[in-house]
Amino acid sequence: MAEAHSPMEQFEIKTWIPIQIGDFDASFTNSSAFMILSVLAATALMVFAVRPRAGIPGRWQLLAELAYQFIAKMVSDSIGKEGRPYFPFIFTIFMFVLFGNFIGMLPYSFTFTSHIAVTLTMALVIFVMVTVIAFAKHGLHFFSFFLPAGVPIILAPLMISIEVISYFTRPLSLSIRLFANMMAGHTLLKVVGGFVVPLGIFGVVPVAGLVAVTGLEFLIAFLQAYIFTILTCIYINDAIHLH
Amino acid sequence: MSEDKNPPVPEVEIEEDFDTRLRRARDLSAEPNQGGGAALPEDGKGKAMRIGTELVSAVVVGGGIGFLLDSWLGTKPWFLIGFLILGNAAGLWNVYRLSKSQGYTVGFDRANRSASEDTKNDGTKGE
Repeated sequence: MAEAHSPMEQFEIKTWIPIQIGDFDASFTNSSAFMILSVLAATALMVFAVRPRAGIPGRWQLLAELAYQFIAKMVSDSIGKEGRPYFPFIFTIFMFVLFGNFIGMLPYSFTFTSHIAVTLTMALVIFVMVTVIAFAKHGLHFFSFFLPAGVPIILAPLMISIEVISYFTRPLSLSIRLFANMMAGHTLLKVVGGFVVPLGIFGVVPVAGLVAVTGLEFLIAFLQAYIFTILTCIYINDAIHLH
Repeated sequence: MSEDKNPPVPEVEIEEDFDTRLRRARDLSAEPNQGGGAALPEDGKGKAMRIGTELVSAVVVGGGIGFLLDSWLGTKPWFLIGFLILGNAAGLWNVYRLSKSQGYTVGFDRANRSASEDTKNDGTKGE
């Protein structure tokens, strides 16, 4: 029993519908299913909850409006007026990650944000998009981004290489942060949960811990979605307001 | 379920007030950011969760660039060593900037300097 339930088993990708396109394995997996579920849940919240269009919102409408306001304020605070065109993109990212994290908190579900393949793909899309925006807005002036103003010319090669590395760090730190937090949290839940039954009557101690950690996990699920989104905002801001 | 139906209370009052409230909401969302990204609306928790990965991923990127250059130019292990050190520097640099609330703004102590610069060329910072 104990060896059948490894803490890492929950992250296993299971193929539901095998699809093979040439050499490319495009199977429909549990990860894909939960991604679709996340998209559908977010869409349902935004479409059906605001359907009543009430002056005094009900619970669901309030939830949808709060989510909208939260991101709208984040965009206007961190990017400003120029950030309006990017609001749909940022809001989509936020809802997708948030629902992925929260759906992953349900028992027997799968957390697709705990896979670096998913988070790195999202981070790379953001990274490429931000770089394209910067080039489109500023042209070759974009490269001045890598040389801080007022640096002695002797130090320029060193500073430029450090800044270039620091720039390429963005997608990696963005994706590792989300994936590592989600994976560590879910593994911890599983490990602590594994102590409950073998300890017999003393199992109440890990159960109490489990309750606390579950609460913490909900905080982290939200916080990581928030951080992922605000970093997207910061990167877009950097691309628009090049120094 | 019954909570979802809105109580038919001061509907008239709301309608009256709606235009002004809408205008206020639009003003709020059109508000430009102050300081051109220097002051980011990020709380301590968000920062704390970023620092660790910031440090590690810069080293990974540095090592990765070094390794690729080495296997391309066949100069093992010199680029790897050099870029690992640069990656460390970049990671510490990022953490320093993060702790100064500069976000990813390039340069040293930019947050303080940019306050005067930004008022000079407001909005069009691509000098």
